[in-house]
Amino acid sequence: MAITDMSPGTPTGSPPGTNFAMGRYKRRKVGNTITMGLAVGAAVFGLLWLVWILAILLINGLSAISLGLFTQMTPPPGSAGGLLNAIFGSLVMTVLGMVIGTPIGIMAGTYLAEYGKGTKLAEVTRFINDILLSAPSIIVGLFIYTIVVVPMGHFSAWAGSISLAVLVIPVVVRTTEDMLNLVPGSLREAAAALGAPRWKVIVQVTYRAARSGIMTGILLAVARISGETAPLLFTALNNQFWSVNMNAPMANLPVTIFQFALSPYEDWQRLAWGGSLLITVAILALNIGARMLASIGTKKGQ
Amino acid sequence: MTALSMTAEQSQAALATDGDMREKISVRNLNFYYGGFHALRNINLPLFDKRVTAFIGPSGCGKSTLLRILNRIYDLYPNQRAEGEVLLDGENLLSPKQDLNLLRARVGMVFQKPTPFPMSIYDNVAYGIRLYEKLSRADMDVRVEEALRKTALWGEVKDKLRQSGLSLSGGQQQRLCIARAVAVRPAVLLLDEPTSALDPISTSKIEELVDELKPDYCIAIVTHNMQQAARVSDFTAFMYLGELVEYGATDTIFTAPKEEKTEQYITGRFG
Repeated sequence: MAITDMSPGTPTGSPPGTNFAMGRYKRRKVGNTITMGLAVGAAVFGLLWLVWILAILLINGLSAISLGLFTQMTPPPGSAGGLLNAIFGSLVMTVLGMVIGTPIGIMAGTYLAEYGKGTKLAEVTRFINDILLSAPSIIVGLFIYTIVVVPMGHFSAWAGSISLAVLVIPVVVRTTEDMLNLVPGSLREAAAALGAPRWKVIVQVTYRAARSGIMTGILLAVARISGETAPLLFTALNNQFWSVNMNAPMANLPVTIFQFALSPYEDWQRLAWGGSLLITVAILALNIGARMLASIGTKKGQ
Repeated sequence: MTALSMTAEQSQAALATDGDMREKISVRNLNFYYGGFHALRNINLPLFDKRVTAFIGPSGCGKSTLLRILNRIYDLYPNQRAEGEVLLDGENLLSPKQDLNLLRARVGMVFQKPTPFPMSIYDNVAYGIRLYEKLSRADMDVRVEEALRKTALWGEVKDKLRQSGLSLSGGQQQRLCIARAVAVRPAVLLLDEPTSALDPISTSKIEELVDELKPDYCIAIVTHNMQQAARVSDFTAFMYLGELVEYGATDTIFTAPKEEKTEQYITGRFG
């Protein structure tokens, strides 16, 4: 092997110990190869499932994508139709969930990063937020069911939006706090040194410096909620018909997919594939958008 | 030896007869604490209007801390407190009644690292003005130009005022920060090691700038560079371990210091 060439200092009559050192070197090389092989194997194994899922989704979903998917309502079994009401409902509830959740999340994150440093309240809030961040979404759905759906007496798009908002908040709180913490203190000092009151420093300077990071967090939150089924199942339920009434159950993609995929009707199953592909592509686009925003932000910051 | 003390006496005399010398800031019995750590001990010192006062001393001697008291920027952080008096035009700025934002509009500060805001060059300069004055577009243009001219930056940036302040070089960014501080028309200018992150050419530009700004402001500069202190300042304060060891005319401090510690420091025997 090339190992002997790599030690030019070795005299011809190999001093004692050289063989031992050589053996150890070889052992390390073998160990390195094995470890690297395992790591690569694990990565490939993980990716394999993802590729498999995406491939099957593409194969089954592409055939279901047609103009009708976007222009027709969800059909009764056996007749042709699309997902227009579900797409519309998902859009409405996602947007409303973001509208409710984002300001609360940004304000809470701002409190944690700018005002609450070192206070008990901030520590407790941060802890609870971290729990909320990893809480199963079905629990959020059940919670909103108990405090909104039960008192109202029926499922509604409002309840769906609120449960999505509850999922948005911890994501936005987390990213907002992290991004604000990345803004150097010297920038805050510089603004304060000009006589800017604290809130102006935060709104006009700190937010601006952290803007792309916060935007990334918001986009990731959209991606997170746009595929959620469980919280909608208990709140907005579903609706086979076109409905813009926020006080009534509203159709949405995830629950429709859930319902149609489990049905024995082939038309419905095909629509479920189409809807799945739609959501996946939308989330992929959001993630790419978030990444691009983040990279623009880092370039600007340099 | 005699020649040296002659120079010192002459400069002392020259300063004493200078008619327009006015004590802008008076630091009296000032003590400062970072939590339990006693960082400044019983500091007494004047800062004169239209003069440059330099603070020198080894790292951790408290010179930056002293500067950060003069606009009460330390107040942003809990557990930091100052005791004693700092009079600005006779008014104690350590008093709890002092409005901090108005104080900081009167006492501008420039930091060690350039800190341009993530906005256009124009908006960087206009930022401080907008906080306290409502100006028409034309008036604002005039003020921004005036500040940029004062800091010798106008020629370099007049064609790209809408570009981000972050697009400038380090030295330009630092001059932008000085322009930003000058634009609000403060009475006092605090410079905290303004050139330590800059190359020699940018440094000399900033030093020239300090000289040009001197007739209009009371300037305090913290520096690690003793040649810089000698070049730009009229008075020098030497600090060591939180105490003011010696204060006097810059010529005297650098040619005939009274304290042995000062002499050791300026001749490079420690620090």
